[in-house]
Amino acid sequence: MTAVSATEFMTEDMRREIKEIIKRYPKRRSAIMPSLFLAQEEHGYLPDEVLLEVAGVLDVPEIWVYEIATFYTMFNTEPVGRFHIKLCTNVSCLLLEAGSLLPHLEKRLGITCGGTTDDGLFTLSIVECLGSCGTAPVMQINKTYYENLSTQRIDQILDELKAQASGAHRTIQSRDDGQEGVPA
Amino acid sequence: MTEKVLMKNAEAPDSHRIDTYETAGGYHALATVLRDYQPDELIKLIKDSNLRGRGGAGFATGVKWGFVPKDPALKKYLCCNADEGEPGTFKDRAIMEKDPHQMIEGMILCAYAIGAETAYIYIRGEYTLSVQRLEAALKEAYDKRYLGQRIIGSNVSLDIYVHRGAGAYICGEETALLESIEGRRGQPKLKPPFPAIEGLYASPTVINNVETLACLPHIVCRGAEWFRKIGPEKSPGPKLYCLSGHVRKPGLYELPMGIPLRELVEKHAGGARPGRKIKAVIPGGVSAPMIPESDLNVCMDFESLAAADTMLGSAGVIVIDDNDCIVRVATRIIEFFAHESCGKCTPCREGLSCAVKILRRLENGEGREGDLEQLDFLCDGIFGNSFCALGDGAAWGLRRALQIFRDEFIYHVEKRECPFH
Ligand SMILES: Cc1cc2nc3c(=O)[nH]c(=O)nc-3n(C[C@H](O)[C@H](O)[C@H](O)COP(=O)(O)O)c2cc1C
Ligand code: SF4
Ligand code: FES
Repeated sequence: MTAVSATEFMTEDMRREIKEIIKRYPKRRSAIMPSLFLAQEEHGYLPDEVLLEVAGVLDVPEIWVYEIATFYTMFNTEPVGRFHIKLCTNVSCLLLEAGSLLPHLEKRLGITCGGTTDDGLFTLSIVECLGSCGTAPVMQINKTYYENLSTQRIDQILDELKAQASGAHRTIQSRDDGQEGVPA
Repeated sequence: MTEKVLMKNAEAPDSHRIDTYETAGGYHALATVLRDYQPDELIKLIKDSNLRGRGGAGFATGVKWGFVPKDPALKKYLCCNADEGEPGTFKDRAIMEKDPHQMIEGMILCAYAIGAETAYIYIRGEYTLSVQRLEAALKEAYDKRYLGQRIIGSNVSLDIYVHRGAGAYICGEETALLESIEGRRGQPKLKPPFPAIEGLYASPTVINNVETLACLPHIVCRGAEWFRKIGPEKSPGPKLYCLSGHVRKPGLYELPMGIPLRELVEKHAGGARPGRKIKAVIPGGVSAPMIPESDLNVCMDFESLAAADTMLGSAGVIVIDDNDCIVRVATRIIEFFAHESCGKCTPCREGLSCAVKILRRLENGEGREGDLEQLDFLCDGIFGNSFCALGDGAAWGLRRALQIFRDEFIYHVEKRECPFH
């Protein structure tokens, strides 16, 4: 196994946590997904250097790690903005006119779907059903669900996030708990 | 007012905490089973209850457990399928957020019945609050010795771990789910061997849905006969229905299995929105073919829906009214399946992306003569020739939409426009 010293891409803590994760499974390969989540939480995305480090700590072939990082859509191999907006466009949301929310978001942010704003604050993606169809239309920003959306509600949310970004120094990731609008 | 079973604690302020669960009688089933039941007797009880899987296919739960070899030397696994990605579905999320101990107790019961000492919860990655609630609930259960070594003083042990998915719908399919836990791409595997014989890490494995597992403590506490008497004898039990789309009161409803779809949509969910009429309903998530309004008297159980050429699936009921376009809905559904196709087999991978091109063309007013026949041809080619139920389900749904709402499709071709958009 590789040396234990911390690098720019892998802190001592992460190494330790990954070693704990390994114990949950009879095979180390199973620990790849949870380790990548951990790394993504830390770095925001998964650059090659991180993938190599993860392979090193797990002591598995690099290709196994690449395979997972590229197959699963929740792993970002490219940088994303501080707030990653994921708008659901699946049927239940579509029926309640999520279609008009996408152009609205694009206009407000000045980017097209898949893009990131110049200030690095927002990335906009469309996603499949978020499992919140009873309160459609829905989007998820980082970990938090926002439900029963309208264009006005979206404007309000974007303004709040911008205010938060200019005022606070902590990111929303480390604070939110996904609790906004738990469905009844 | 029907009695709530699965959602009976959901309104309590701290419904996700172990104290609330125990006060309402939680973990009583576990104590009873460890005291009074041999694993075989528990399997028999579940068989007698006629509980059928809530993950989509409706397989008899006790029968599935019975396939697991009894050899004590073999390591066995239990996987809870919490991947809930079927568009229109949000019931498992409700259980995990509101009352996770119900499912955890169910997992301990199942693990005891099949002799598993390790279990994984495969949960979709987006469900961050559910993950938090589960992690906290597992910790509470460990603290009370409902989990870990020698559960409440017995010689039974179980560890449960949460494994997060990362945004691949196909991982809800049980063999793809196992591949994913093993750290590979989520692609279905050939059956047989069935997971009950050779599953996770090549060991006997049971995969059950969240809601299926949540039913178990209630069956132990109240008996197989009580359960069988809720709804139709062959598909009985309490059931969570997810109502979405064009209804006045969308949301989650707990009602008996076998309730008429019309009653569910019109009485409970308030029916169509003001000034609108219902045109079609998808009864079980987008993998289930839509049915026209005229078929709404069908009952929500496995047999009745199969007879109506659709399925109960995930009980994600999506209502479409007369102000929306079936071609648009069908296009979005096939786009979804094409996007989520794992790429392993040609009919699904190529056939669906080809169907998407044609459907988009129709919806954009650029339909051509022969397009509908081409879609029919694609459905016939995909259905029955796909490696797993994703491809088959997609083609089945599209074929039914083309049959039932042929006129709408023809309009798009002939007039080269969408009458709705
Ligand atoms: C494409 C596809 C997706 C599926 N997604 C899910 C899912 O998200 N959750 C689930 O419980 N079952 C899902 N299933 C069904 C599972 O393969 C399996 O039958 C089920 O988890 C068994 O549990 P049960 O017997 O308790 O229903 C899916 C099947 C297919 C073919
Ligand atoms: S039918 Fe589709 S999802 Fe299933 S194995 Fe084939 S390509 Fe993969
Ligand atoms: S369709 Fe948008 S949350 Fe389910």
